Amino acid sequence: MPSAMFRIWRGDASGGAFQDYTTEVSEGMVVLDAVHRIQATQACDLAVRWNCKAGKCGSCSAEINGSPKLMCMTRLNSLDLNMPVIVEPMRSFPPIRDLVTDVSWNFEVKKRIKPFKPRAPDAPDGTWRMGQQDVNRVQEFRKCIECFLCQDVCHVLREHRKFDEFVGPRYFVHLASLEMHPLDTQDRVADVKQAHGVGYCNITTCCRQVCPEEITITENAIIPLKERVVDEFYDPLRKLVLKIFS
Amino acid sequence: MAEYRTHEYDVLVIGAGGAGLRAAIEASACGAKVGVITKSLLGKAHTVMAEGGIAAAMGNVDDRDNWKVHFADTMRGGQYLNNWRMAELHAKEAPDCIKELESWGAVFDRTQDGRILQRNFGGHKYPRLVHVGDRTGLEMIRTLQDAGVHRGIDVHMECTVLALLLDDGRVAGASGYDRERGRFLLWRAKAVVLATGGIGRAYKITSNSWEYTGDGHALAYHAGAELIDMEFVQFHPTGMVWPPSVAGILVTEGVRGEGGILLNKEGRRFMFDDIPEPYRAQTADNEEEGWRYTQGDRKARRPPELLTRDHIARCIMREIRQGRGSPHGGVFLDISCIKSRLPNAAEHIKRKLPSMYHQFKQLADIDITKEPMEVGPTTHYMMGGVLVDGDTQMSKVPGLFAAGECAAGLHGANRLGGNSLSDLLVFGKRAGRHAADFAKEHGAARIDEGQADAAARAALEPFDRGFGNGSENPYTVQYDLQNLMQDLVGIVRTESEMRQAAGGLAKLKERAARAGVYGNREYNAGWHTALDLSNLLAVSEAITRAALERRESRGAHFREDCPDKDAAFGKVTITIERDPEGEMRVSRREIPPMPEELGKIIEEMK
Repeated sequence: MPSAMFRIWRGDASGGAFQDYTTEVSEGMVVLDAVHRIQATQACDLAVRWNCKAGKCGSCSAEINGSPKLMCMTRLNSLDLNMPVIVEPMRSFPPIRDLVTDVSWNFEVKKRIKPFKPRAPDAPDGTWRMGQQDVNRVQEFRKCIECFLCQDVCHVLREHRKFDEFVGPRYFVHLASLEMHPLDTQDRVADVKQAHGVGYCNITTCCRQVCPEEITITENAIIPLKERVVDEFYDPLRKLVLKIFS
Repeated sequence: MAEYRTHEYDVLVIGAGGAGLRAAIEASACGAKVGVITKSLLGKAHTVMAEGGIAAAMGNVDDRDNWKVHFADTMRGGQYLNNWRMAELHAKEAPDCIKELESWGAVFDRTQDGRILQRNFGGHKYPRLVHVGDRTGLEMIRTLQDAGVHRGIDVHMECTVLALLLDDGRVAGASGYDRERGRFLLWRAKAVVLATGGIGRAYKITSNSWEYTGDGHALAYHAGAELIDMEFVQFHPTGMVWPPSVAGILVTEGVRGEGGILLNKEGRRFMFDDIPEPYRAQTADNEEEGWRYTQGDRKARRPPELLTRDHIARCIMREIRQGRGSPHGGVFLDISCIKSRLPNAAEHIKRKLPSMYHQFKQLADIDITKEPMEVGPTTHYMMGGVLVDGDTQMSKVPGLFAAGECAAGLHGANRLGGNSLSDLLVFGKRAGRHAADFAKEHGAARIDEGQADAAARAALEPFDRGFGNGSENPYTVQYDLQNLMQDLVGIVRTESEMRQAAGGLAKLKERAARAGVYGNREYNAGWHTALDLSNLLAVSEAITRAALERRESRGAHFREDCPDKDAAFGKVTITIERDPEGEMRVSRREIPPMPEELGKIIEEMK
């Protein structure tokens, strides 16, 4: 059986280093399979998060040869196995151990976002009526598996560390799914501008490019939110009208 | 002994899948202070993998549907071993649970007139599954997660429970460790809800993730609760078979609901060859009629691909064993064939089954809109579990509740697709409410730290043994266990093989007791694997013993040496309990007689 070399970051919050492991590879294998094989045979204490192994739960996020990816969906035949495959944890979040990072900040951010608040039901039996075409765009956002790869790649978080002022692409997708929900009555536009910091995003589309669910994050979620902020806070005509009639 | 980080709750929920989250929300709504423990991050539980939909007789697509039809379908699918009270409550309450999800922001696929769309599924007479493409589970767990976030429920992520703490027979809390640092924790609780899901990791080929090691089953068993129906393990007929690294990953029944067909290597649609008697009257006898059914023709009968999972899994095994399988040891599942019947079929498939399209394209280089998939049975779901009261979900142990997959009763000998997600909602909610009531009525229990100390001491033993020097690699023990269960207590069972399995399990138990690890306690995967072994072994033993006891074939339990149904076994469930000496005791329990009005419904629907 052919083999390949994996250069895996081992360490914790105090620091770490890459270690090389050579393991057998077979047809159809993904990076997570290789990590598991190494764990079972060479490094039983190698820390890695995973669950579904089918790209549906978003647990096994890592950086593979420098790209943020799900380990379970990265086929070895998509990589050059003549070179060591470099596997390291997501670099935007504090390391816990080896490939596992502390992503708890993300869960805290969600608590700060105003929850869904539906309008009164449309029918006496307590149900609503919505057309499929009206829910299509929200359904795109709700495909998100919370792998946080978009958060990992976003330079506002990764380079500029604006964790206190900026919620990151994942939560703009979440905000868009709430704001564009046909039943929702809550207004979050002021929050999007201030507390959630949408202005920091300069639409480089890095988040959209790494999304394993292929959600059009920048164009379908973030830009429409920016437009709503502009409409509400920066529309010159509106400002003028308000000035005259106030 | 150890210093514990201690937390105190009215209701402690173990597990954060659909059942656990639904229970937590309900208990919190009833005024209880609630804590949730999850082995993973929030929102990653196996519920996320559920694809097809949530069964609820809303009648949005076919107004002939109602709770009685759903009840009768569930009982027929379970071969009448079901807890009829649970089947009744489930059928009656599922539609309201769906409406609740919508009011919390879930966005299901819609009908033309803007209501919730429902799809066909195996064993369900009418289109009944509320869904979002083929990612219904994600929609459900995210909705519950987001609804729970703002309620002040504490979530203990990446923590594992080692033992339930008891106070004179009553549940008093739990002890465990956090994965991040390996610190020991103690949760005091007036009531505990087990919602830990299944046991799939006891088998080699499974759709389940590492989490499904039968924790709830084993915790309840050790605390003195009874387990029933453990012989009924559902092998989903369609898991991926190629490439080897993805073997077992689920291929949704929704593929067949949308018109997908099963073929052997000769191109024969073999499901028409064997239609069981109880389903003959409602199953199509030609391809044309079957197709019309999937397209919503109310006069058509369903195609044989939508028979129950137990039967289809066995038919697939027959084709494979008799040499008519696909090149990699499965059969073919073809949805691309609908292009001869539908315009824009490729687009239709991508819209209706997006994650299947994605999964095969990315993991197997197969475009399902153009070519057939290769599929074979995969360990998917545990019908058996903690014996609970049908109304309250409380086990024999006062204060200990169970809901979802780790509880038993609703599904009997075989679960219908879609009935699991509705099970989580209906009984998660009930367990949450009754646990909150119990906490109110009973107040705090006394904690005996000695019980937690014993669990913590045992948990550290793998480090004392170390790696090498005659100790066992925990991964190797786990692989050997999975191979043993796969080979000897799988889809087709015999007395002699299961006896062999029982002997093998005893040896594995000894090896597990020698499992050793190295490194420190921080996020040490080897250590976690070593600690999971005891629960896996306990459920494997329960499965094997129950399967030996049921000397007949029924539902998901098929014995080559007793291939027929035995009426005497149709009246009993097999019960597993821990005797005072700590040994596993197997007995038969009479199923209480069904009230007349429920019996009448079953007769009417035959």
